[in-house]
Amino acid sequence: MTSRVRVRNWHPPGHIRTPAYLRGKTGTIERKLGPFPNPEQLDYGLPAKNLALYRVRFTMRDIWGTAAEAPDDTLEAEIYAHWLEPAD
Amino acid sequence: MSHDHHTPPRPDNDEPLTYWQTMEIAVRELLIEKGVTTPHEIATAIDQMDARSPADGARVIAHAWTDPDFKARLLADASAACREMGFDIGPMHLIALENRPGLHNIVVCTLCSCYPRYLIGPPPDWYKSRAYRSRTVREPRAVLAEFGVTLPQGTEIRVHDSTAEMRYIVLPERPTGTEGMDKVALAKLVTRDSMIGTGLPRQPG
Amino acid sequence: MSSPPIKPWHDMGGDIAGPIPTDDHDFALWEKRVDALLVLCAGKGIFTVDGLRRAIEDLPPDAFETMSYYERWISSVNRNLIEAGIYSPAELALRMEKISARGASYGEATG
Repeated sequence: MTSRVRVRNWHPPGHIRTPAYLRGKTGTIERKLGPFPNPEQLDYGLPAKNLALYRVRFTMRDIWGTAAEAPDDTLEAEIYAHWLEPAD
Repeated sequence: MSHDHHTPPRPDNDEPLTYWQTMEIAVRELLIEKGVTTPHEIATAIDQMDARSPADGARVIAHAWTDPDFKARLLADASAACREMGFDIGPMHLIALENRPGLHNIVVCTLCSCYPRYLIGPPPDWYKSRAYRSRTVREPRAVLAEFGVTLPQGTEIRVHDSTAEMRYIVLPERPTGTEGMDKVALAKLVTRDSMIGTGLPRQPG
Repeated sequence: MSSPPIKPWHDMGGDIAGPIPTDDHDFALWEKRVDALLVLCAGKGIFTVDGLRRAIEDLPPDAFETMSYYERWISSVNRNLIEAGIYSPAELALRMEKISARGASYGEATG
């Protein structure tokens, strides 16, 4: 996974741990965690595939654009590997 | 506004039985009858959660303030550092977030109400509220202002949305004027909110 | 796509909302019991915390306002236990009927 990543702008129904406000946004990997079983399978009691989990750092400008309260403030969230694509 | 005061218990056993309370009793009785759990296990689980409180987290913070090697271990692996101090934090994966001059961390869970409950007990009601969950990621400065937190100009605010497996605890900056204080005295300065990022430690004296 | 995707109600980050509420409460015994049941069932591998969340997220959008936190939890714990085959809806209904007949307050009805 490259350092700059984009959160996939998907909107499937289901139990998703990728918040809507981050979908389609570009950030930088802060650290890699896991692997952890996929919550989108665990929630139905299904055998769950292990996935890498990334802490991704965004600037508030990345997320909210010109509407940001303070553009250089930052935000970090944990995003599973299948919800990320290289942004470079 | 202060979020650290204690409030009276919600009316409990004498109030009219509700539908959901009836369901709780039924589910509990069925689980016991089916041999899934026992009254003793349930009582023990309640006692364990009741025993966890912000005072436990405060001990961790004070230890980190006074022992640089422990602080390094806390920042490297907060779960292991808490267990090293003897805390039973269950299955929790914990990350400690260090505040420093120019950086202030604040924790939220926008999708539910993930919280480091296996160290500091269950979250306060406001942490679970629509307002806190919605606004903290968009306007953390306005949220901090409502909590009465003012930071030096030029401080970056870093919001941590607990979206998945990790739980977060803020390591606040040690207040000035606390040189020579021991860990017990220092722990009394550490508030619950200072470990979530919606507050700062108390000043000594 | 003909219409934009609908954001589920629980996915609140960034929404416009009012002041942070300042009131708080200590937990009632029945709430602590709900919490304990989840901790125990998850620890025994009967269902997962993600299963708990999923059945809460599937509640109607007004559930966040019309149900309290542990009301949503017990609703979801029950659903997950039925899905796991621990007991049936009819067993639950029969048991709830018996419990209601024990008394008018939680203290009288609880074991």
